[in-house]
Amino acid sequence: MCTMIAQQVKIDGCGKGASGWFTLREADVSYDHPFNAPFEHALNIDFVNEVQGPGARVAVELSVEAARTLVETIQAVLTRAEAGGYIEKEATA
Amino acid sequence: MYKTDIYESMLAETITLQGFNGDMINAYFARPLGPGPFPGMVLVHHMPGWDEWYKEITCRFARQGYATLSPNLYFRAGHGTPEDVAAKVRAAGGVPDDQVVGDLAGATRFLRSLPTSNGKVGIFGTCSGGRHAYLAACRVQIFDALVDCWGGRVVMKDEDLSPTQPVAPLSYTKDLACPLLGLFGEEDQSPTPEQVAIHEQELKRYGKQYEFHMYPGAGHGFFYHQRPMYRQEQAVDGWNKVFAFLETHLKQA
Repeated sequence: MCTMIAQQVKIDGCGKGASGWFTLREADVSYDHPFNAPFEHALNIDFVNEVQGPGARVAVELSVEAARTLVETIQAVLTRAEAGGYIEKEATA
Repeated sequence: MYKTDIYESMLAETITLQGFNGDMINAYFARPLGPGPFPGMVLVHHMPGWDEWYKEITCRFARQGYATLSPNLYFRAGHGTPEDVAAKVRAAGGVPDDQVVGDLAGATRFLRSLPTSNGKVGIFGTCSGGRHAYLAACRVQIFDALVDCWGGRVVMKDEDLSPTQPVAPLSYTKDLACPLLGLFGEEDQSPTPEQVAIHEQELKRYGKQYEFHMYPGAGHGFFYHQRPMYRQEQAVDGWNKVFAFLETHLKQA
């Protein structure tokens, strides 16, 4: 752990890992050395289910620019969904 | 010096050993065959975990004549691919310093207990493993040589301290009792050249035996041949320095 910059958030959803789909319970977000991306540090997100063990993990390793763009894009998509009334519909369905 | 008519043999396998708090952990153990006597080496893996690169260099040290142990410092996090286990540890804020020191002391006891031991044990680590190696060598005076390769967070600000890393390794420098070789890259962000300079000042302050090498054109992890950060010329020179240093302090001393 060279930066020790890591945070965990509880989430609901599903992810597709090496053994197929599984329920996601946590997202671990860190800015530290990636395993595979060709950067010294990356914005790493591990979508995991801790109860199911270390293998229940979907990993992404992003450049800083890509991470910021992703955040903006997620927000933009959610804003459109909200404006279209889809999120309320989803919640009451 | 190696010559082509020398018979070589070694054994490499996974073993278990007693680490911190009496816990059993696993370790990769490679050793030359024969009666010895052989010096020992403890290799301290980096943040990406107990991975293939560490298995490879465990064998590399064994080929150089060292009974070499690479303990799995993430054993308690469970089992899976090295990346999956390391990701879990990363999310947890790393492994506690006290636990690591205990595991490395256990590995050292194991090596000293071998009937082939020459009585000397060195410790080597890279990245977080460099930091852990430095920390262990300062806190338990059982090592005869220390190699710290680009260990980040040896120098820590107060705000960087955490429950797992409650004390900056630099604070223990006065207790270091063995010679130190440090290899660093000028372009590294952790440790930066400024942090390495602070580290060096502390070593000088306490009159410690050390040699630091700062490589131009290299950043973090320049030994890692599987990563873009690999720097061939600096890595070859660095490995030569590592083995020359260990030869002096573990074989000839």
